[in-house]
Amino acid sequence: MNTIKDRAALIAEAAKKMNKEVYNDSEVKKNITPRHELQRKSSKVVTLEEAIKKSGLKNGMTISFHHHFRGGDKVINMVVAKLAEMGFKDLHLASSSLIDVHEPLIEHIRNGVITQISTSGLRGALANEISHGLMKEPVVFRSHGSRGYAIKSGELHIDVAFLGASSSDPLGNAAGFSTSENAKSICGSLGYALPDAKYADHTIILTDDLVDYPNQHNAISEADVEFVVVVDSVGDSSKISSGAIRDTKNPRDILLAKQAAKVVMNSGYFENGFSLQTGSGGASLAVTKYLRQGMIDKGIKASFALGGITSHMVKLHQEGLIGRLIDVQSFDKVAAESLMNDPLHKSVSANEYAAMLEPGSATHFLDVVILSALEVDVNFNVNVLVGSDGIIRGAIGGHPDTAADSALSVIVCPLLRGRIPCVVDEVTTLITPGSNVDVVVTEYGIAVNPKRPEIKERLLAAGLNIVDIHELAEKARSIIGNPAPLPFGDKVVGIVLNRDGSVQDVIKNITE
Amino acid sequence: MEIKNAVAGTLESGDILIQIAPTDTSGLQIELESSVMYQFGAQIKNVITETLTALGVTDAAVKATDKGALDCTIRARVTAAAVRATGKDVWAD
Repeated sequence: MNTIKDRAALIAEAAKKMNKEVYNDSEVKKNITPRHELQRKSSKVVTLEEAIKKSGLKNGMTISFHHHFRGGDKVINMVVAKLAEMGFKDLHLASSSLIDVHEPLIEHIRNGVITQISTSGLRGALANEISHGLMKEPVVFRSHGSRGYAIKSGELHIDVAFLGASSSDPLGNAAGFSTSENAKSICGSLGYALPDAKYADHTIILTDDLVDYPNQHNAISEADVEFVVVVDSVGDSSKISSGAIRDTKNPRDILLAKQAAKVVMNSGYFENGFSLQTGSGGASLAVTKYLRQGMIDKGIKASFALGGITSHMVKLHQEGLIGRLIDVQSFDKVAAESLMNDPLHKSVSANEYAAMLEPGSATHFLDVVILSALEVDVNFNVNVLVGSDGIIRGAIGGHPDTAADSALSVIVCPLLRGRIPCVVDEVTTLITPGSNVDVVVTEYGIAVNPKRPEIKERLLAAGLNIVDIHELAEKARSIIGNPAPLPFGDKVVGIVLNRDGSVQDVIKNITE
Repeated sequence: MEIKNAVAGTLESGDILIQIAPTDTSGLQIELESSVMYQFGAQIKNVITETLTALGVTDAAVKATDKGALDCTIRARVTAAAVRATGKDVWAD
């Protein structure tokens, strides 16, 4: 006979060989709770304090956050305040970026709760304090693509990720929007949080809308989530589209945007199936509006638009002018809602968006990118991080990633901002090397990198006002005079990494 | 020259607010606040001093709140404030 009883000896032998137990049926007990009840509960749903305790977070470890709510973010301040209250010290805060709203971190740095920061940018009072030497350790700045890759490769190891989400089910399937009637917030793409969720040792989701399982449109999978914390609010969505990503009404920005659109249309890359990205900053975001008419007139359609997706991009997509939207960060509510509703509008993880070493990075397939700048120098180097007063006031973002990977990078930048010159002899801090910058558009003319003579020819043929970039710097100087040198000290307050991981520049403290 | 309190300019970006007041001490006392203080503070004070001196205003307390104005703007605002302070129209005649 060959019953299971007859095979018992062989089963035991096989188990022993494989170093495993023999299956014991009497230990199996079915859970007979109705599943609609079971779905509402999960041992993962705990308070913030419990989640922190259970995660095993210790002094000296690295915690991470995303900045998809931008100026409306509530998670970073909430979590760090809790960590301070619980007595944590010496933490490394690795956020995808930090903004004005994160001013309360100043106190936590003074009190030794946070002793290291990695980020893409810094703004506001926090940036001002750090520029004056608040921290002992310099802040490490990475682009979005290189942050994603550094997390994947382990160079930036995250112990505990605290990720805000506009919806999550009790198991941790989380998204940047909610389709439930209790939806409180929406940020759209969670692109910058996806490497953290996947590669952090412990991932905690904070949400203001705990929805029934399964939260099907999840960007973050339950498999990567250890705890789910329900909070009153993860962020104020109305503050996403502010600051650097406001919609401009400034006539000079509009002039720059129109000129940049002409550059794109005459660059040789404006062909059916081209791909497009616009960076933050009023003028660069506005270029899309002016490209639209050109696309309609010439019957040109874009294959995809990438990056920070705006309502303008969504409009072109809905009109059939852009095939797909690849969204690492939704720049406004319209974009966030489109991501929720439109299957051709997909989110992308930061490293698949723009990492140099990720073969499938979307930026590798990008034709044209339009970017802003705080300063451009006569060698086409760009600074988007440190103000001309030596104080940090911006973010690297995807600037160096997209400039390097695109076939054509266009910088839009006024010649002067008030009395601050934007075309200078040497940028205050090197963020995007000039070797990757092709065209600079100002209201006093358009400069083309000598490395791209063919672009210059095409733009001249189109009748655009092409000037030498040295003339622009001279023009700025003639209007505003020579600035006195900045009072830099000898302390390094920031380190700028190139997207290949090498150290590209340092930021010194400002003494006054 | 006899002067009274006078104001010209705004606090808009790219502008400068000039407030002129009489003073007991002799000379120009310029108190400058500027968004570009490090780089251009000295230049801005020079432009204010030169403009007032050329208009014959030698004794006054000047408070200047600068939001990144260019020299031409600074001259225009200082001149307007001086005209209001002295009641003497420099553009007449």
